[in-house]
Amino acid sequence: MSVKTLTIDGKMMTGVEGDTVFTVAFHNQVQIPRLCHLGGIPDVGACRMCLVEVEGRSKLSASCMTTIEEGMVVRTDTETLREYRKLLMELLLAEGNHVCSVCVSNGNCELQALAAYLGVDHVRVPYRHPRREVDLSHERFGLDHNRCIACTRCVRTCDEVEGAHVWDMAGRGEKLHLVADLGEPWGDSENCTKCGKCVQVCPTGALFTKGSAVGEMEKDRSFLKYIVYGRERHQWVKKP
Amino acid sequence: MSAKVKLATVWLGGCSGCHMSFLDLDERLIELAAKVELCLSPLVDTKFKDFPDVDVTLVEGAVANVEHVEMLHTIRARSKLVIAFGDCAVSGNITAMRNTFTVDEVMNRAYRETVAVVKGVPVGDDLVPKLLAKVKPLHELVTIDHYLQGCPPSADRIWELVTALLDGRAPKLERRFG
Ligand code: SF4
Ligand code: SF4
Ligand code: SF4
Ligand code: FES
Repeated sequence: MSVKTLTIDGKMMTGVEGDTVFTVAFHNQVQIPRLCHLGGIPDVGACRMCLVEVEGRSKLSASCMTTIEEGMVVRTDTETLREYRKLLMELLLAEGNHVCSVCVSNGNCELQALAAYLGVDHVRVPYRHPRREVDLSHERFGLDHNRCIACTRCVRTCDEVEGAHVWDMAGRGEKLHLVADLGEPWGDSENCTKCGKCVQVCPTGALFTKGSAVGEMEKDRSFLKYIVYGRERHQWVKKP
Repeated sequence: MSAKVKLATVWLGGCSGCHMSFLDLDERLIELAAKVELCLSPLVDTKFKDFPDVDVTLVEGAVANVEHVEMLHTIRARSKLVIAFGDCAVSGNITAMRNTFTVDEVMNRAYRETVAVVKGVPVGDDLVPKLLAKVKPLHELVTIDHYLQGCPPSADRIWELVTALLDGRAPKLERRFG
């Protein structure tokens, strides 16, 4: 394992070969906005919220998908990046149907909190208002496609952590949507163990526990920390 | 400032919750009354037949029917500052939830598929303004000067915005969305 040194926002930082820019920045208290990245599960670069500028590269790079290199110079918070992230957020909000005032996750939602952080005070692109389904077939959980941002956190967690691989994405473009097993109602899935991990990692109110009223759905991801510490330090504790 | 600031508040496609929150200003309303002339509002009787020229208009609700469209253009033409007052004005919010359906589907659900006092969909002719095919947030039609988030915005947020405008300073509002 070789150690690499790079500069992020003017500060010298080090990481080991294979680390991503996002992770090194995170460990050095530089928080890059993100939606699809979640510590403990593999990255896919689905949301592009973590875009950064890398000196010498003409295109912006998703920091969760960019491995560090010796001498790299990275900027995570420039005027350009702030404007791109804001627009990205507005596109996400306009793409689905987000009515925070009646959402189970109102006040506890990563998408909503990030929109506020990015300074989105209104959405400049026209709302699409697509017609999407709500799947309430599962005995314990619900899936509201209106609020899904296709980050695939649930897909990766169910596959890599629970080992059940219930979820997949189907369709392309505006038809992109989450499917359980081969497209059955979630409640009919034979693979689902009803563990609820997908619900806890979902950044929005798309996956929720049945019986939650407006604003009542709070997610608990401590199980992922437990797994990460166990994996990396061989200590089965929730706090190191 | 010698002359009082002219304020109007308008209720388009919303539930009046934002206006109720405005009333939650409670005793601060007295302080406000000393500084502004409330020219037009669903909360007060008015001497104006038509929409008057004002300094600030708070617009609650989304644009849902043809009357709202006309009203909003009048408001923009006659107000120095137009404020999107609450989530329906800012994003369409609850009012825009019907946008995933056609107007016919919405009318059928409201008047045919549910228990109705009068059988069938009321026609209304010119009495009831026609619904737009899609509900829109204000900024899709006119330029908006400030956005006040919240369903409804709290009285404290309303107060901060209104007093900031009166004092001619930038409002210090905690960032929020929805
Ligand atoms: S998922 Fe988040 S952004 Fe979407 S409606 Fe719910 S609270 Fe709002
Ligand atoms: S409840 Fe568990 S097994 Fe079922 S879909 Fe979610 S993560 Fe997979
Ligand atoms: S259901 Fe939630 S976790 Fe899964 S893709 Fe949609 S937003 Fe992401
Ligand atoms: S967090 Fe990197 S692309 Fe989503």
